[in-house]
Amino acid sequence: MPNILVLADHVGGTVRKTTAELLTIARRLGEPVAVCIGDGVESALPALGRYGAAKVIALTNPELSQYLVAPKAEALQQVAQKVEPAAILISSSPEGKEIAARLAVKLESGLITDAVDVQPGDGGPVTTQSVFAGRYVVQARVTKGTPIITVKPNAATPEAAQTAGAQPEVEEFDVSISDAAKTARITASRPREATGRPELTEAAIVVSGGRGTGGDFGPIEAFADSLGAAVGASRAAVDSGWYPHAYQVGQTGKTVAPQLYVAAGISGAIQHRAGMQTSKTIVAINKDTEAPIFELADFGVVGDLHKILPAVTDAVTNRKG
Amino acid sequence: MKIVVCAKFVPDATADRRFRPEDHTVDRAGVDGLLSELDENAVEAALAIKEAGSGDGSATEVTVLTAGPEQAADAVRKALQMGADAGVHVVDDAIHGSDAVATSLVLAKALGKLEPDLVVFGMESTDGTMGVVPAMVAERLGLPAVTLGSEVTVDGSTVRIRRDGDASSDTVEGTLPLVLSVTDAANEPRYPSFKGIMAAKKKPVQTWSLSDLGVSADEVGGSVAWSQVTGVTARPPRTAGTIVTDSDGTGAAQLVEFLSTNKFL
Ligand SMILES: Cc1cc2nc3c(=O)[nH]c(=O)nc-3n(C[C@H](O)[C@H](O)[C@H](O)COP(=O)(O)OP(=O)(O)OC[C@H]3O[C@@H](n4cnc5c(N)ncnc54)[C@H](O)[C@@H]3O)c2cc1C
Ligand SMILES: Nc1ncnc2c1ncn2[C@@H]1O[C@H](COP(=O)(O)O)[C@@H](O)[C@H]1O
Repeated sequence: MPNILVLADHVGGTVRKTTAELLTIARRLGEPVAVCIGDGVESALPALGRYGAAKVIALTNPELSQYLVAPKAEALQQVAQKVEPAAILISSSPEGKEIAARLAVKLESGLITDAVDVQPGDGGPVTTQSVFAGRYVVQARVTKGTPIITVKPNAATPEAAQTAGAQPEVEEFDVSISDAAKTARITASRPREATGRPELTEAAIVVSGGRGTGGDFGPIEAFADSLGAAVGASRAAVDSGWYPHAYQVGQTGKTVAPQLYVAAGISGAIQHRAGMQTSKTIVAINKDTEAPIFELADFGVVGDLHKILPAVTDAVTNRKG
Repeated sequence: MKIVVCAKFVPDATADRRFRPEDHTVDRAGVDGLLSELDENAVEAALAIKEAGSGDGSATEVTVLTAGPEQAADAVRKALQMGADAGVHVVDDAIHGSDAVATSLVLAKALGKLEPDLVVFGMESTDGTMGVVPAMVAERLGLPAVTLGSEVTVDGSTVRIRRDGDASSDTVEGTLPLVLSVTDAANEPRYPSFKGIMAAKKKPVQTWSLSDLGVSADEVGGSVAWSQVTGVTARPPRTAGTIVTDSDGTGAAQLVEFLSTNKFL
C-alpha cells in the first residue's frame, strides 16, 4: 500500500480532531504516515495510532516553531522525498494552506485546498469542494506530481483503525532548514484565552450573534451555555470589536456545519452564509421580516433578540432542571 | 520605496456566480466583475504605508498588478482611483484556466520585472478562496513572507504584523524586500473620491503579454493545470421553514417547542 503523508496538528501532544479526520481519510487511500512537528510526540502517539498511523515521523528541530510556515514546508519536502507518498494531506487552516502552497511549488505538484471529502479514484484521490459560498459542489483531482490536499474540518467522521492499540513506530528525522526559510520571525505570541465552551468548528450546536446584538453578547453566551453550545459572531460584530475574530463565522472566518445553528441579529449576507449554510438545522431570530437569513432558516422568529433569547434561555435551563 | 499590490478581478459575489459549462472554469465574462473586496484591503494597506512615509524619507510609489482577462482592467482602474500610482495588467488568452500554481508563476515573473521592495496581497481571492498565491509567489521569488496581517506597521525596513490564529495571536516580522498579505480586519478600504476618479484617468497603465514576461504559453492555462475539475453540480438552495412572529409575545415559547420537538434540549 502506498504511503499517505499526514501533517498532524497537535498542541503540546494533544492531537486535534482534524488530525483524526485526516488519518481516517488517509486510510482510504493507503497507509498513513503522520508527521509530527514540535515537542510532545510521545503523548501524541496513542491518538495517532488509534486513528491508523502506522508510522510517525517526529521533527523536533526548534527552528520549526520559531519561524513562520517556510521551515515547515522545507521539512515536509525533505520528508516527502524520503517517504515518496502517493498523497499529502494537511489541515485547511491558514497555516496548513500556506505550507501546502509552498510545498506545491517545491515538489512541482498540484494542490487542492479546502476539500470537504476525499475518496480514492482511478487516477488518484478525488476531492469534493464547496465553492461560491456553497452554491456549487465541485469534484477535482491532481494531475501532476504528488497530490497535495488541504482538508476542511469535519470532512470525515474520525474512525478508530482496526489495528488500533498498536503503537506506531516512531522515526526521528533530522531536517535541515535553510537561512532563507528563517526570514519571517515570530517575535511574540499571546495565547488565546480558554472559554470553557466547545471548539467552534467541532460543536454540535453554535449560537451566533451579529450587529443586532447592539454589542451585548451576554444573551448570546447565556443561551449558548444553556445548550452547551459554542458561540459565533458575524463579521459586523467582530469588526465592531464586540467579539474576537477567532469566533467569526463566514467566508473570512470559520466554516461550521453543526446539528443546530442559531443566528441572532444576523441579516444573512452571502459571506456569512458561506460559513454556515450546510448546518443541519438553522434557526434565525431577527426583528426584520425581510432579513435574507429567513430564506434558509428551518425555524425563524421575527422579533427582538433581547426579549426572546433570555426567555428561551430561562425555559431551557428550567427544563434541564 | 516601491510597493506592488497584487489584486484580482473576480465575479461579483452578490451576483449569480457560475462556471462555464464547456471547461468548468469560472465564468468571468458572463458575470459582472470587480476588484476583489479582499484585495481592496491590500490596496488600502499599501496606500497607508505610502502616506505614513518611508523610513529613509524617499518617496513611495504604489503599483497595482493584476493578471486577468480584458475586463480585469476595471480592477486596475479601481485601485488607481483609490490612489495607486500606476498599473500593470498582464493579459493573454493563454492564461485562461490557469490554476493557482500557474497564476503564481505569471505574477512572480511580472514582479521580477517590477523589482518592488514590498509586495502586498489580499488574504484570498473571493472566487477561488484558496489563499495560496502569496505563499507561492514568495516561494518562487525566494522572499520572506509575513502573511495574514490584521495589523501592519512598517518601521524602516522592518515589517511587523499581528497574525491572529486559533491558538494564539502572534507578532511576526521580516525585513524588506518581502511579501506581505493582509486580512479584511487590517483596515477599512477607502472609497475613491471624485478627485481620485479624475486623477486615475491620467495614471500610467502598462499591458503585458506572456512573451513580455518570458513565460511560454505551455507553462500556464487550463490545459497544463496541475489540478483538474472533473465535475460541477449546483447545490439545491435551502428552503425556508416555519417563520413565526413574536408580536403576540409567544415567539420564545414557540422556539422552545421547536427545539424540544427536534430533540435539541
Ligand atoms: C470579502 C468579504 C468577506 C466577508 N466575510 C464575512 C464573514 O466571514 N462573516 C460574516 O458574517 N460576514 C462577512 N462579510 C460581511 C457581510 O457581507 C455582512 O456585512 C455581515 O455578515 C453583516 O453582519 P450582520 O448580519 O451582523 O449585520 P447586518 O447586516 O447589519 O444585520 C444585522 C441584523 O440584525 C437585525 N437586528 C437588529 N436589531 C435586532 C434586534 N434587537 N433583535 C433581532 N434582530 C435585530 C437586523 O434586522 C439585521 O438583519 C464579508 C464581506 C466581504 C465583502
Ligand atoms: N490573477 C491575479 N492577479 C493578481 N493578483 C492575484 C491574482 N490571483 C490571486 N492574486 C493575489 O493573491 C491573493 C490570494 O489569492 P488566492 O490564492 O487565489 O486565494 C489575492 O488576494 C491577490 O492578492
